Amino acid sequence: MLDFSLVAKYIPYLLEASLVTLEIAVLSIAIGLILGLFTALLRISGIRPLEAIARFYIWVTRGTPLLVQILLVYFGLPQLGIDIAPFPAAVLALGFNAGAYFAEIYRAGIQSIPKGQIEAAQSLGMGYPLIMRRIVLPQALRVSLPAMGNESITLLKDSSLASLVTVTELMMASQRFAASNYAFIEFYITAAVLYLVMTTFFSFILNRAEKRLSISDR
Amino acid sequence: MQSNALPNAEPIIKVINLHKSFGDLHVLRGVNMTVQPGEVVALIGSSGSGKSTLLRCLNRLETISEGQIIIDGIELNQSTKNINRIRREVGMVFQQFNLFPHMTVLENIVEAPIRVLKKSREEAVKTAMALLEKVGLADKKDTYPRKLSGGQQQRIAIARALAMNPKIMLFDEPTSALDPELVGEVLQVMRQLAREGMTMLVVTHEMGFAREVADRVIYMNNGVIEEEGPPEEVLTRPKSERLRAFLGHLK
Repeated sequence: MLDFSLVAKYIPYLLEASLVTLEIAVLSIAIGLILGLFTALLRISGIRPLEAIARFYIWVTRGTPLLVQILLVYFGLPQLGIDIAPFPAAVLALGFNAGAYFAEIYRAGIQSIPKGQIEAAQSLGMGYPLIMRRIVLPQALRVSLPAMGNESITLLKDSSLASLVTVTELMMASQRFAASNYAFIEFYITAAVLYLVMTTFFSFILNRAEKRLSISDR
Repeated sequence: MQSNALPNAEPIIKVINLHKSFGDLHVLRGVNMTVQPGEVVALIGSSGSGKSTLLRCLNRLETISEGQIIIDGIELNQSTKNINRIRREVGMVFQQFNLFPHMTVLENIVEAPIRVLKKSREEAVKTAMALLEKVGLADKKDTYPRKLSGGQQQRIAIARALAMNPKIMLFDEPTSALDPELVGEVLQVMRQLAREGMTMLVVTHEMGFAREVADRVIYMNNGVIEEEGPPEEVLTRPKSERLRAFLGHLK
């Protein structure tokens, strides 16, 4: 009844689609990390209007479904006269979404750094940008790394939503082959295994990074 | 110990009618104080008397509510430029050491000279090594702070502050977080510094140290200076009733 040999000849296509999934994930994580850092710095800037912008972005992004955001970017932007291809639309929406979550992770990390660290740096004549860059952020990143890892793995899985805006990533490919061969269990289980391989790979890299950062001072 | 204070020089610190409130809490209620170059001043008093707050106002870790602070001719005000100029001239040592845990001992010390004073790395390292020799920890240069005892961390913190070549050193209860057997090594470094003529303000509960090293003891109570003078007078023949009670408690 179950015939996994059927899957074999599709493996090259599925691997290729997995690569697209990885590309979406890595690019949107990169966007999220940069956008998140920027947002977190606004959020704790002490300047009211900037804080309000950051809070609004986080509130809207975390409070609405990712699917709605992806569909809005892909179908909404063309309606406003901005043409966007499926792949960049998916990356943009996912990155934008991740930015809000990363912002809160950064913020928690930054706020976990004892006030004495900042006072010591101030007493040495260091200004705010220097204190952030050299004293606070390097320590905050270590604190935030596990949470960032979780968020990255979530993002990798959420990249499957890109299939809904016609990006041929792993989910899209699996659906197509499953339907044409009428072999849903075979292809979806294969897809699940491929996702599992990718998330395990992510975890592995993150664990390595955590260990490396902790050797010296914890 | 012989005093290095220059009595006739222009005061290096002038505090005029300083007030500081935290919300409704009026912590400093009109402090007037001058410190001469090379003078060592011990600030004593019970917790909540305002002695730490006074110290923290001197390098603007606390904003001031009212009054004036003039350090080496520079008035402390809202301008950031002045604050950073003053912070470069005023070193501070904290109760909790506050070394940067993600940097080695050497990196802790050279960070500000390189980034703030724009010294070359080579020069900063040279100065840092000389300071590490001075505090007796040259062999720990590549160690991370967590691996060091409290006494060692505090000696590194002193070296870090000295690397900025400050004119004034502030010590905020530098030995209060230390195990008793580690207090001596930190006081030894401070004693040496005083001997070399550094202007020092030390918030402390170490009366032995105050008596031996300080040129002047200031007793603070309830946000004002209640009594001040040479240690042998203030600590042995206190005039104020409250100071007598305070000293009695310590014994």
